Amino acid sequence: MQIIFFLLAATALISGIMVVIQVNPVRSALFLVLNFFALAAIYLLANAQFIAAIQIIVYAGAIMVLFLFVIMLLNLRQPEEGGAHRHLGQKIFGSSLATAVIALVIYKVFRMIVPPGKPLTPDFGSTEMVAKSLFTDYLLPFEMTSILLLVAVVGAVILARSKVE
Amino acid sequence: MSIDIPTICLTNIGPLITLSVAGLLLLLFDAFSGKAMKKAHFHQFSLVAVVIALLQTVWLWNRQTTDFSRMIYVDNFSFFFNVIFLLGTGISIILSVHYLENYRKNYGEYYALMLFAAVGMILMAAGGNLVIIFLGVEILSIPIYILSGLFREDLKSNEAALKYLLLGAFSSAFLLFGIAMLYGGTGTFYLADLAAFIKKSGMNGFTYVGMGLLIVGFGFKVSMAPFHMWTPDVYEGAPTSITAFMSVGTKAAAFAAFLRVFLEVFPTVRMEWDLLLWVAAVATMTVGNVTALAQTNIKRMLAYSSIAHAGYILVGLIAGNQLGATGILYYLLAYTIMNLGAFGVVIAVARKKDNYLNIYDYAGLGFQYPGLAAVMSVFLFSLVGMPPTAGFLGKFYLFSAAVEAGYIWLVIIAVINSLISVYYYLRITVIMYMQPAEADLGPVAMTPVVNATLIISALAVLLIGIFPGSIFQLAMNSVKIFGS
Amino acid sequence: MEIPISYYLILSSALFAIGTVGVLIRRNAIIIFMSIEMMLNAVNLSLVAFSDLHRSIDGQMLVFFVMVVAAAEVAVGLALIYVIFRNKGNVYVDELNIMKW
Repeated sequence: MQIIFFLLAATALISGIMVVIQVNPVRSALFLVLNFFALAAIYLLANAQFIAAIQIIVYAGAIMVLFLFVIMLLNLRQPEEGGAHRHLGQKIFGSSLATAVIALVIYKVFRMIVPPGKPLTPDFGSTEMVAKSLFTDYLLPFEMTSILLLVAVVGAVILARSKVE
Repeated sequence: MSIDIPTICLTNIGPLITLSVAGLLLLLFDAFSGKAMKKAHFHQFSLVAVVIALLQTVWLWNRQTTDFSRMIYVDNFSFFFNVIFLLGTGISIILSVHYLENYRKNYGEYYALMLFAAVGMILMAAGGNLVIIFLGVEILSIPIYILSGLFREDLKSNEAALKYLLLGAFSSAFLLFGIAMLYGGTGTFYLADLAAFIKKSGMNGFTYVGMGLLIVGFGFKVSMAPFHMWTPDVYEGAPTSITAFMSVGTKAAAFAAFLRVFLEVFPTVRMEWDLLLWVAAVATMTVGNVTALAQTNIKRMLAYSSIAHAGYILVGLIAGNQLGATGILYYLLAYTIMNLGAFGVVIAVARKKDNYLNIYDYAGLGFQYPGLAAVMSVFLFSLVGMPPTAGFLGKFYLFSAAVEAGYIWLVIIAVINSLISVYYYLRITVIMYMQPAEADLGPVAMTPVVNATLIISALAVLLIGIFPGSIFQLAMNSVKIFGS
Repeated sequence: MEIPISYYLILSSALFAIGTVGVLIRRNAIIIFMSIEMMLNAVNLSLVAFSDLHRSIDGQMLVFFVMVVAAAEVAVGLALIYVIFRNKGNVYVDELNIMKW
């Protein structure tokens, strides 16, 4: 099982790096899809079947299709010309912040005492269990997401509609 | 399989329901109503919704409970912030109408999005669970990204919206990572359980990382240095009415969540976040005030000044005692009124299509429009923090809380910063009254409602500055939940 | 055989850092946006791992909500990028400089 994890993790990392260094946005997007698939498989290893399924359906299926659609629509396939070196300070600051975060996490992780694992119930992470939690404890957040999605729809329309009366 | 449906009480989320339903109805009206009745009634409708929500909020006074299986708190803290949010939303709606008509952008969607943003704010202040706080941040931010980009033909507005969206989403990722780390360390999202866990078994590696990342995430939202870079550009490029709305709404909501999370969950580890915030507060105040000195665009100047105000409020958070929390609430209420008032005058003076946003365009305003200049002066005095305005007392409470907690140097730096701010605020007053207008200012379109709003706001700034007692009592009752 | 939590977290923070670097060094708004999506996914990974560690479903619930938020942000963000492209002809963030950064 660890070998599978390492393979998937390597796929995720390499595709993640490729997203950032590819000059062509279409390739970046396709590598991001690969990254999402690798993560979905890792979710399965971590007993999150439902999340793995919606990771593929929502992220790889819907969100990335939207990205690719916009890239094609805008015909953004020409590569960026020349890396700009402006805001170097900001970039260095941000990159070192990111590195600091990861270093801190790794440092803390290795010193952490893992609490004793509870036994795994067979339905952990199943659709049934997620749904049960979603419609009882998480009812209010669930209802509020409807507002969020409505806002997004309205926003996309009002920003991108072609002509206003 | 048995399902235990938790008991819920809908009156506890009455304001949320009213605002959401009103937003939905507005969208429907916009789609299906005839042209004639359209434009005129959207803002009235949304104002009615805000007033109803305010009444429902008043109904919730002095309840101490949680609802939706502890997802939200119904307490005086969220009561006080609801009042601030609804007041801010209401005033912003009034100020928007004429401004939008000038641009022919008086859409129903505009008001609907504003109401939805108010829903997000209320969730942030009431959230008893990090999931709700995160969703609140997003429900607040996404409408504001859209509204910043409302002037689609204007590159400045596009630019502001995209910058805000990219940096906002970026900061949300940090906030979320912090939430994930807290969850990893404790196994819960509930603030009460987090607090109990930390009290019992102390902090561990994950909770430290989580706390740091939460500071970064909230820091972005309240424009705390060094995460303030987006503020001036977004404030300048966005439509002025939206700048007004977000300068008070986003800030108050982010501070509400900041305050609740830090005073409820991390009171026992004060020493750890104190120093971090101390440095951040000093940097925030100084950067905001010093940079504001050099600005000639009034929107940009107010943007930097809002950064400085975030710094003052952080002083109260660092003090971390009852008086500090009370001071923050009082100050946010005062700030909401005075900043919206100042932006109201800016909108009026800018006239058609934002032509007059330079501070030297205010020359001669005192002679030609004495009333407008007078209310602007009141708001500016209050922003400076001069007695007898609300701004003075707010600062007084914040700073004396910090003295009480022993942060003498912080207070000295804050006072020096307030002195710096005298220059750039009073410069506008001086320009208004001492310099003759270069040309005739032309008509400044004022509707009676806007007039009344500005006058009432100015009076309110003076009144709660002179008679702070009841507001102070209210704020003090609201922070009793933090037993520190 | 169980996979230790630290493996998940190292992968997650590495992806988060890659995403952060992507946001900071790229000029193309769309790629910046993809990097942000990657950061959100990195967080999701650690949430799922913690959820497995604590055997509580809460972490997975937050992942669900993060996906909703990501979808909403993408819809709005891509609409904005489209508008900017129509007005300007490109989507490079360092050319968005009417106002100084």
